[in-house]
Amino acid sequence: MKSIGNSVPRSGGRERVSGKQRYVGDIKLAQMVHAKPVSINCAHARITGIDTSEAEKVSGVLAIITSENITQPIKRYGPTYADRPLLADNMVQYHGEPVALVVAETSHAAAVAASRVAISYEELKPILTVEEALDPHAELVQSPQLRKNHPLRNTNILDHWDFGWGDITQAQPDITITNTYRFNQLAHFAIEPYTYIADASADVITVYSPTQNPFRLQKSIADTFELPLSHVVIHAPDPGGAFGGKQHPKFEHICAYASQVVQRPVRIELTLEESFQAARRSAATITMTSGFTHDGILVSQDIETWYLAGAYADIAPRVASKGSYLAAGPYVVPHVRTSANVVLSHTVPSTAYRGFGNPQVAWAYESQMDAAAKALGLDAVEIRMKNLPKRGQEFIANDKPADGIWSQTLQKAADEIGWNKPLLPDHGRGIALGIKMGATSGASYAIVRLHMDGSATVFSGTSDMGQGARTIFTQVVSEELGVPFENIDMVMGDTEKVPYDLQTSASRSTVFMGTAIQRACDDIRAQLKKLASEAYKIEEQQISVESGTVHLSDGICKTYTELLKDRFGKLGGEVIGVGQMRSELVAGHPLGGQPAFYEFVCCAAEVAVDRNTGEIAVDKLYIISDVGKALNSQHVTMQDEGAAVMAVGHTLMEHYIYDEHGRIRNLGALDYRIPTIKDIPRDLRSYHIENHDGPGPYGAKGMSEGGTLSVSPAIASAVEQATGVRIRDLPLTPEKVWKALQEIEQ
Amino acid sequence: MSTTAITLHLTVNGIAHTVEIEPHETLLELLRDRLGLTGPKKCCGEGECGACTVILNGKSVNSCIILAAETEGAQVTTIEGLSHDGQLAIIQEAFLDAGAVQCGFCTPGMIMEAHYLLSIHPSPSDEEIQTAMEGNLCRCTGYKAIREAINIAVKRGYQA
Repeated sequence: MKSIGNSVPRSGGRERVSGKQRYVGDIKLAQMVHAKPVSINCAHARITGIDTSEAEKVSGVLAIITSENITQPIKRYGPTYADRPLLADNMVQYHGEPVALVVAETSHAAAVAASRVAISYEELKPILTVEEALDPHAELVQSPQLRKNHPLRNTNILDHWDFGWGDITQAQPDITITNTYRFNQLAHFAIEPYTYIADASADVITVYSPTQNPFRLQKSIADTFELPLSHVVIHAPDPGGAFGGKQHPKFEHICAYASQVVQRPVRIELTLEESFQAARRSAATITMTSGFTHDGILVSQDIETWYLAGAYADIAPRVASKGSYLAAGPYVVPHVRTSANVVLSHTVPSTAYRGFGNPQVAWAYESQMDAAAKALGLDAVEIRMKNLPKRGQEFIANDKPADGIWSQTLQKAADEIGWNKPLLPDHGRGIALGIKMGATSGASYAIVRLHMDGSATVFSGTSDMGQGARTIFTQVVSEELGVPFENIDMVMGDTEKVPYDLQTSASRSTVFMGTAIQRACDDIRAQLKKLASEAYKIEEQQISVESGTVHLSDGICKTYTELLKDRFGKLGGEVIGVGQMRSELVAGHPLGGQPAFYEFVCCAAEVAVDRNTGEIAVDKLYIISDVGKALNSQHVTMQDEGAAVMAVGHTLMEHYIYDEHGRIRNLGALDYRIPTIKDIPRDLRSYHIENHDGPGPYGAKGMSEGGTLSVSPAIASAVEQATGVRIRDLPLTPEKVWKALQEIEQ
Repeated sequence: MSTTAITLHLTVNGIAHTVEIEPHETLLELLRDRLGLTGPKKCCGEGECGACTVILNGKSVNSCIILAAETEGAQVTTIEGLSHDGQLAIIQEAFLDAGAVQCGFCTPGMIMEAHYLLSIHPSPSDEEIQTAMEGNLCRCTGYKAIREAINIAVKRGYQA
């Protein structure tokens, strides 16, 4: 293979290093005006009045849209069901929920006026935790009217599922281990804050959004504004980082509404603080009772998951169900019972986040494996090896069997980190596996246009938010058609130009869109044969197309350009290839279908703990991913390293901190710390396992989230080995570690 | 322009500008909104993330917390001023070659900070790189590739 597997440079890289890449925030439209949301300083309140008189006096103010003067009933939207209102509907449901939107000629005027909107309200006690949400006397976060047909509408439980197989009551383990694990609320903290522009001044609504899912946004806007899809255009320039935070709509709807009001393009640029208040990661509390034989063979897993969603559903139910479904981990377990739950609260709506609901459960099931190893006197690698399925072996009843030689991944991690080597004092090593289901269904369409001069333009609805989809797809086209990398233009993220793609999520794009593009190239090759047959009067069967050359029957070769000139003449023409990949929903499957692949990883960590401060220094962090085939080795490494450091953040430092008013006390870069270059592991590495056993092009599986899955349990395990302390409540802050050390020393 | 407007003279990427600004405007707003130099990015708006890093009179600054009015007579270099005649500077090439660019939103600031580091310290150790680059946040790369990019630029003899 010429292009595939090589570390070709990033497509779009040149623009990114020279300041020419245009993100939504860099776009200026003629007549564009600026909007600023207004919120109140608590999580939950009944709005009793909105006084805009002082704000209206600010020069340049064009409109102040409030929950009182907006079209009633206030329109609602959302990916699960339509529950998120354009502006807070009488009640404020979380800290930062927009109550009004000021539109002005300049962003400065909008901000000044926003600070002068006086909102009077009666503060109410917020529900901030799972326990509070489940209190029988608790207020309902959402009106049952919003989900009339849901059996749990009269509770704060957003959804519930029972997963599992076998019969837990018949399990006869030699030992059982029960623990509860807590996973923190997190900010996506993409460096590009949420920024939107909408122009609804004409018949067609045009929205510029850094969305990962332009077509889902198009549908949502069309539904809200009751327009045909043809009258909603989404321009989605490559996002400046997304990590799931840009999957579902946030301010696009109110931005479009504001544009209708002022009849000019409206821009909303959220601050980083406001971005934290627009979306977050779901927290989770997971209680797990694991049964083992004396030999360390898993017999049973009895699991209860409680994901903490925010005030609106967003995609939180899917996060909770997809995570909980895999809560027994990548192991063969005869008896599994999982009670999966997600609850509403007066907090920021939780949404997709790299790894979806899986780092939460991996934190629990991998910590349980360590607890079992300790109790049974087994080695942490050995106990995992014993319970892993072989390739082709079922490990979730009636679902896709293991699709890789997973023991290789674990063994590689152990070998590379030197699992059995002696350690210095206060040092420890940990190892943990992680698994995530790839997309369970989906549809991707692609168009490839081969031009007269042999160059190609590719149209794909995938969003390149940094994962490098542009590069990978360019490689696929170059490989399939033999067109030089530099002669391929990749058009993405614009519903007016590219064909339909469901979404950029679940590490699906290499497999789904990659396959669609491959099929579009097949289509082109078939058409080239037909054209050659017509041009040279040869039977099609005698013609072959390989690596940019058309081979005719008699040993004569033609370049694409020669063939197309011979066939099309002076009038010109082009060859348009169309490809698609669809994986339909499966009725009766708990998640709507089996995954196209599993992301399977192992993380090995080595840490040093400072007993005086509780500080953890991560000396080594190795991520080993089973990727089937690395289409671009450097890109795979980039994804794994980035994901791993992101997970170092949620393991050691990141979490939302609330006060009793439900206010987030650590909004913004000063108070919410993410890893800096000084926080990265001293020795950070990524390795990939390649057995060409994936469903995507050239045997690839999807990847890029896996690195987030098991860093936390690996580090916690290493900390335990270093200190004897096992912490089950993330993040592992120095205070927490120090306190735990004090307790065991006393 | 309002009555509070200030007339400002400064040189950006070698080009002299005379602009009317408002007293509340930051250098970042001046560069992005008035001069159309959108390479410097806004993220945190409080000098913590480094996405807006530019070189002001020979030193790297967070342009989001510098008032434009303070820059009378200043020499400013932004990411747009690093490449010449369409030719990327060694440090820019190094970021691409090292795989230090993913979404790219932090990249202009990251490269300007690296450029500044190499201008005062042509051959930094890894530790010195980490200290210098600590104020520039990246959520995509995990930073290792960024450190490597700077080392590559040094090896290739980058003259900042």
